[in-house]
Amino acid sequence: MNNQTTIQTGNEGSFLDAGRNYIARVKGGETGSLPALLGLIILATLFAAANPIFLKPINFANLLTQTATVTTLAMGLTFVLLLGEIDLAAGVTAGLSAAFLAISMSNYGVAWPLAVVIAISLGMLIGFLIGVLVAKVGIPSFVVTLAAFLAFQGLQLVVVGKGGLIGIDAPPILAIMNTPMPIAFGWILLTVIFLLYVGSALYSRRQRTSSGQPNKSMGILVFRSFAILIVGVGFVSFLNLERGANPAVTSLKGVPYVVPIVLILLAAGTFVLNRTKFGRHVYAVGGNAEAARRAGIQVSRVRIKVFMISSSFAGIAGILMASRQASVDAAAGRSIVLNAIAAAVVGGVSLFGGRGRLSDAVIGGFVIAVIDNGLGLIGLASGLNLAITGGVLLLAATADAITSRKSRTS
Amino acid sequence: MSSETPVIELKNIKKNFGPVEVLKDVNFSVRAGEVTALVGDNGAGKSTLIKGLAGIQPYDQGTILFEGNPVELKSPRQSSDLGIDVVYQDLALCDNLDIVHNMFLGREQAHTGVLDEGAMESKAADTLTSLSVRTVKSVRQKVARLSGGQRQTVAIARAVLWNNKVVILDEPTAALGVAQTEQVLQLVRRLADSGKAVIIISHNLQDVFAVADRIYVLYLGKMTAVVKKSETSQADIVGYITGAKTQEVGV
Repeated sequence: MNNQTTIQTGNEGSFLDAGRNYIARVKGGETGSLPALLGLIILATLFAAANPIFLKPINFANLLTQTATVTTLAMGLTFVLLLGEIDLAAGVTAGLSAAFLAISMSNYGVAWPLAVVIAISLGMLIGFLIGVLVAKVGIPSFVVTLAAFLAFQGLQLVVVGKGGLIGIDAPPILAIMNTPMPIAFGWILLTVIFLLYVGSALYSRRQRTSSGQPNKSMGILVFRSFAILIVGVGFVSFLNLERGANPAVTSLKGVPYVVPIVLILLAAGTFVLNRTKFGRHVYAVGGNAEAARRAGIQVSRVRIKVFMISSSFAGIAGILMASRQASVDAAAGRSIVLNAIAAAVVGGVSLFGGRGRLSDAVIGGFVIAVIDNGLGLIGLASGLNLAITGGVLLLAATADAITSRKSRTS
Repeated sequence: MSSETPVIELKNIKKNFGPVEVLKDVNFSVRAGEVTALVGDNGAGKSTLIKGLAGIQPYDQGTILFEGNPVELKSPRQSSDLGIDVVYQDLALCDNLDIVHNMFLGREQAHTGVLDEGAMESKAADTLTSLSVRTVKSVRQKVARLSGGQRQTVAIARAVLWNNKVVILDEPTAALGVAQTEQVLQLVRRLADSGKAVIIISHNLQDVFAVADRIYVLYLGKMTAVVKKSETSQADIVGYITGAKTQEVGV
């Protein structure tokens, strides 16, 4: 090592070197969402073998809409988990946002776009309050959000009325979860994603070249682009198959509207975390808050913003929830927060802060949804799927704890 | 090798914690291009003196001259604006980030809101190369994967990257093995040779003698000795530290 004259950047070497580096990183404990992805494939294979319905287009579309709410919530929670904090109130925030959405439309005749803005703004406001209590007052987030979890359940009861149910009838809101997009939209969506990916990759290559830094082998970009294309084509064609029970009466085919919504949130959130100063500061505060403070980062401001983002995601999750059920009841959102936390952790987001990506939360969300959906199809008692989900979460948390300990002591 | 005006000159510094006088009329000066060692037993006031320079814990009384001009150091911001940087013993690095991220932490470069990773990476690599760092394999390694000496290197390189005039190193070799200590000491030497004023706090006299040009000894809040390394011995310094020996201080 001593006769080396220049310092490498990790971008040198061929396509094969990059592959070897990746394997070395995985062996070193930086597994990311790989275990969850493998688990997902194993689970899907098992369920497909046990019940062929699992692989039918109708079930796949169901799976997507089932997981969308939890996944959106989990993406928001990932921001909070990256700081090493927790938000137990995310579920009830979603519920309360859904209630405000429904009430503003049905009781006050507010147009749906404004109602959507109200729902998301409510989430943002709740996040601001939680953030201030955590960052400025210094109450542990566990306690603040537990208090909010209880208080908002009460507020939800008051707003909706005991045993009450507020219907949603705005067609665009209902369409999000219940209507597929026209066939062509799926292909347009895929084209846009593909071009955005290639465009942003080429942009950062150019940026690196202009500062005289080496780029990763072009083969990696080509490989990834093709992977996206192949998976995307499979995904869109599968969802474009007819899945209606009686196609002659009602035809049901196309990618659900919720898919682009979740993908936009995923892309925007990932961009913020990976490519902006704020995102870098989130990772820094989660990794070592004291180091971040000494480096001049305003830690409490980062914390408040993160809770605002998380709760805004919860507001969006509330809209998805309302769309799927076409109504909002007094208990909406009460039970989903633990599933969302489980999704993020199973996907590979660390509970100790500083490690994780939004895509981990999406993959974890799929694992949780597949367990639920698959066991339901097999016809096992619903108690069992809770037990299995709990077991999977514990497994993921164990892996997380071991990885974190390893990186602290090395 | 030293310039005429000290970069920092402290005159008659006093600091009390309640009834306890921690610093009693302390005089201290550091010159560009020199490694100035600050030694003393536990509780002698080393940390208090350094915290005052870092702006974390302002002095009660006394004059601070920076390049000959009187200045105030009442906040960390003021001292970092002057170009004074402290590399703390616990290093203050983020384990989950890589070397480039850590070196630019809090001062990231961005282009229309998007981080300019290429520019940051090339500057980080240039800085490490300019310090003849050979132990770091890749600037994109996570800090968690680095050894103690490599972490110290990154922390020092961060201070260099920002063109600081004064770099204060708090026990830089405390947690290191023999080979790594040697590498860090060489780095400290190169830092001073590049024209920076380096202050090193250490308990290890062997390290101090290996690298320092001038040695200041604090004993119970008083500066009891200021000596050039070439004019003293380890036995003398031990004498000053334990209070067995004293010297009339005139800087």
